[in-house]
This record gives sequence, C-alpha cells and structure tokens, in this order.
Amino acid sequence: MMFAAAAIATLVTMVLTVYRAIKGPTVYDRILAVNVFGTLTVVLISVHGFLTGRPEFLDLALVYALINFIGTIAVSKYVEYSHMGRPSGGDELGDI
Amino acid sequence: MSLMVFMAVIGFAVARLRNLFGVVMLTGIFSLTSAVLYVVLDAVDVAFTEAAVGAGIATVLMLGTLALTTSEEKTVSDNKPLLALLLVTITGAVLIYGTLDMPYYGDPTAPIHHHVAPRYLMDSAYETGLPNVVTSVLASYRGYDTLGEVFVIFTAAAGVLLIIGRPQRGRRRARRDAQWDIEHGIRKNVILRVVSKLLLPMILLFALYVQWHGDFGPGGGFQAGVIFASGFILYALIFDVDLARAVVAPRVSRFFLALGVLLYGGVGVVGALLGGNYLDYSVLARVPTDGQHLGILLVELGVGLTVAAAMITIFFTFASQER
Amino acid sequence: MEMLLDAVSWLLILIGSAFLVVGGIGIVRLPDVFARMHGAGIIDTVGTCAMLLGLMVQAGFTIVTIKLVLIVVFILFTSPTATHALARAALGGGARPQVADSPADADAGEGDSPSKT
Repeated sequence: MMFAAAAIATLVTMVLTVYRAIKGPTVYDRILAVNVFGTLTVVLISVHGFLTGRPEFLDLALVYALINFIGTIAVSKYVEYSHMGRPSGGDELGDI
Repeated sequence: MSLMVFMAVIGFAVARLRNLFGVVMLTGIFSLTSAVLYVVLDAVDVAFTEAAVGAGIATVLMLGTLALTTSEEKTVSDNKPLLALLLVTITGAVLIYGTLDMPYYGDPTAPIHHHVAPRYLMDSAYETGLPNVVTSVLASYRGYDTLGEVFVIFTAAAGVLLIIGRPQRGRRRARRDAQWDIEHGIRKNVILRVVSKLLLPMILLFALYVQWHGDFGPGGGFQAGVIFASGFILYALIFDVDLARAVVAPRVSRFFLALGVLLYGGVGVVGALLGGNYLDYSVLARVPTDGQHLGILLVELGVGLTVAAAMITIFFTFASQER
Repeated sequence: MEMLLDAVSWLLILIGSAFLVVGGIGIVRLPDVFARMHGAGIIDTVGTCAMLLGLMVQAGFTIVTIKLVLIVVFILFTSPTATHALARAALGGGARPQVADSPADADAGEGDSPSKT
C-alpha cells in the first residue's frame, strides 16, 4: 500500500517535470527537467521493484543514475562549449 | 498502454522538430520511456541494455555528431512528396493487416510458447546450471546469433575508424588549444574534476560486477561493456580527449576490439576441436555443466571486451574531430 | 516490532513523497532557471533519500539494502554536481538570475533568456 502511494507521488512529480521540459523557455530549463526526470525514474524503478517483489531492478536503477549523470554533464558541456572534447596537445598528465 | 501513447507522441515530435538539439533530448526521453516499458513488461535485461545504451551512450554520441555538424535541420524544398506518402501508407496498411492474424499478446496457445521456449525455460537450469535464463539463451542456446551481434558491433567501430580515422593537426594549434582549455575549459572546474575522479573507480567496479553477475541476475556482457565505456567517456568529457587517449591509446582499444571477437570465435573453435559442434560448450570440461559455465563465462567476457572497446573507439573518434 | 518498522517506513515514504511533490511544484512555478534548480535540489536530495530510506527499512539487512545505500550515495554525489555543471553552463550562456530591485521589477516576467532556444 505504501509503495503504491510512493509510486503515485513519483508519477505526479514526473508529470510536473515533463510540463517544465516542454514549456521551459530556455534550453537550461529543459536540461534541468530531463535530469530531474532521470532521478525520478531511478526512484520509480526502485519502488516498482518493491511493488512487484523483484529487487533485481535495483541494478537497473543504479545504472540509470549513472547514465543520467553522464548525460547531463555531456549536454552541459555541449551547450556551453559547442564541442565535446576539443583536442589539446600533450600537456601534463594528471593534476589535482 | 499510456506509455505507448507517450512514446508515439514523442516519436511524432522527433520527426517534426527542426532543432536537432531538441530532437536529441527527445530521443533520450524516448529511450528512457521504452526502458520503463520493458520494466513494466518484466523484461529486466532488455530494460537494462536499453537504459544503458539508448538513453546514455546514444545521446552522448549524437551530441558528439551535432558538435561536428549544424544544429538545425535543413528545410527541404516545398514540393509535397505525395507519391512517397502514398507508398508508405500502403505499406503500413499491409503490415498492419498482416499482424491481424497474429495471436494476442500473452496468448498461451501462441506457437511461440510451444516449441523451443518451454524447453529453454525448463531445461536451462539443468543443462547449463545458471539461474538466469536470458543469459543462458543468449550465450549458449543462441550463441551463434550472439556471435553475429558481436561481429556487428566490431564492424560498426571498424567502419567509424575507416571513415573518420585520425585527424591531422598542427603543433602550434594544438598548443594554443591546450592553453585555452586550461584557462577556460571545463577542466578548470574543480568540483567536476574531483567528483569524477571519485566516481570513476566505482563505475569501473560496477561494470565488472554487472559482467560477472549476469549469470545470476540481470546483466551480462553488453551492459557491462557499455558501463565500462561510459566511465572512460566521463573521463574524456571532464578532462580532455587527448588525456583520455593517453590512458587508452588507439592501439589498445583496437587490440581489445579484435580480442573480444577472437575470444568468442576461439571458444567455438576449441569446442569444435574437442569433438563437439562449433560453439558447443559441453565438451570444454569433464562435466557438461562445468563446460557450459566456462564457455558462457569466456563468451560473455569476449562480448564485454568488444562492446567496451567499440564504444570507447567511436566516442573518442568523434570527439577528436574538429569542425 | 513489525508494526514499528512499518510505521517508520510509512513516515519516511510520506515525507519523501511530500518533498517530491513540493519540489515538482517548485520546478513548475518558480520564476527562472536558477530558482528552479532549488526545486530540483529538493527532489534530488531529500525527496529521493527519504523515499529510499523508507524502502530500506522495509527491506531489512539484506543485499537489497546495500544496493539501495549505493544508489542513495551515488545520487547524493552526482545530482548536485550535475546541477552545478548546468548552472555554470547557464551562466556562461547568458542567463542571469531574476533579481527584484523594486516591486515593478519582480513582475518583469521570466529571467533573461539567452540567444539559444
């Protein structure tokens, strides 16, 4: 019963986020909305795994969290710099 | 049902939208929705692969392509192609008419459930000793088809290498770009660098977990290869492609690309040499089930190697290009 | 004991759901991109963690809980980082937060939109 409530709350928030993804006047609104949609998908998959009694879905949720992160970084880099990996010529390896 | 309607809406929007960047984002959402659909249909392995490949890698690769081309679709001339529309409508109608004869979704008397599927479902645990039927079907019962898939991935990466290849760059220009990147680029961003360096070992470890755990839960070679490659892609995004290239030299990625396919085919040949059929794993060890375990392990390793190397190769090749 | 565990996870899931919906409303209603990132931040941190904590209490001490802990840690690490990268991209692209200097300015509509769509 509680899982159903959790799933419904997640779905409601997803709808709100998609509204922003469609309407957002700037491209950054849309990227933000897609990122949040991804996090909500992770929650939804986990709750669905509990609803159906198949906790193997959690691997899928973890992968999706990872992919969401990499995708948002890639899109932000593309939007900011208009390139995906401008080659630079042999500078020092490894800082930090 | 509502998910399919959602996907149809998104598909329509993808076809009509002119701004290619929006199209790429919508394609990402489309893949994500189909992954959720697979989860609802209880097909976890497929959802896994769809989430990893469709929503992640494909979006990143398409963005890489966009960076090399324009971001608006060219408008075609105004003559409405009525003949093409008619042809497509007739073909679509014929296809839909053809599907009317097919059994209903989930019909237990459908022929697909009666010939090979029950044997796989009931005998898989006994013959191969693996809990995950998907992996045993993919790697053992239908191993030949999976070999073909691995060849396809290999060919895709080889095709990209042939067509785009390595760029020629002048040294002065390279140094100027390096200076610009250090001062202005994303490398300057401390938070991203620290977090990605913290995350990378975990990502690679998770990829290895998915690879070997594929026998017992959702996972396997394809998903693991994609996750492994995405770790390197993250590194290449935050730091530079050339720095990532220093970690994974072109020689190394080409070597692993071929090694995976060779491993898969080699296991088949060894099986044939030991007296069984090609890709028959039962003869690889004294006990047939152990032979199946060993064969599936090696074969999945081959798949994972080739997929990871192919994704890394394709992304690095795209990202090393200049406009 | 069962009832106590159930009550705790009900409470956590309810808190999580409330924050999720509040964050969603924030994303819809707040005036500009940077303000909407606050809503996204609420969803990503409190909403997700409370929900997944509630699921963890239900699962007990099994490997499922460990995987859920991994998911929570991962999301806590990566969501703020992704939002940070996005905020830098937005600043670089020309979006500026909407600041209300006078009551008239507060109704000036959406924040600056950069030249891209």
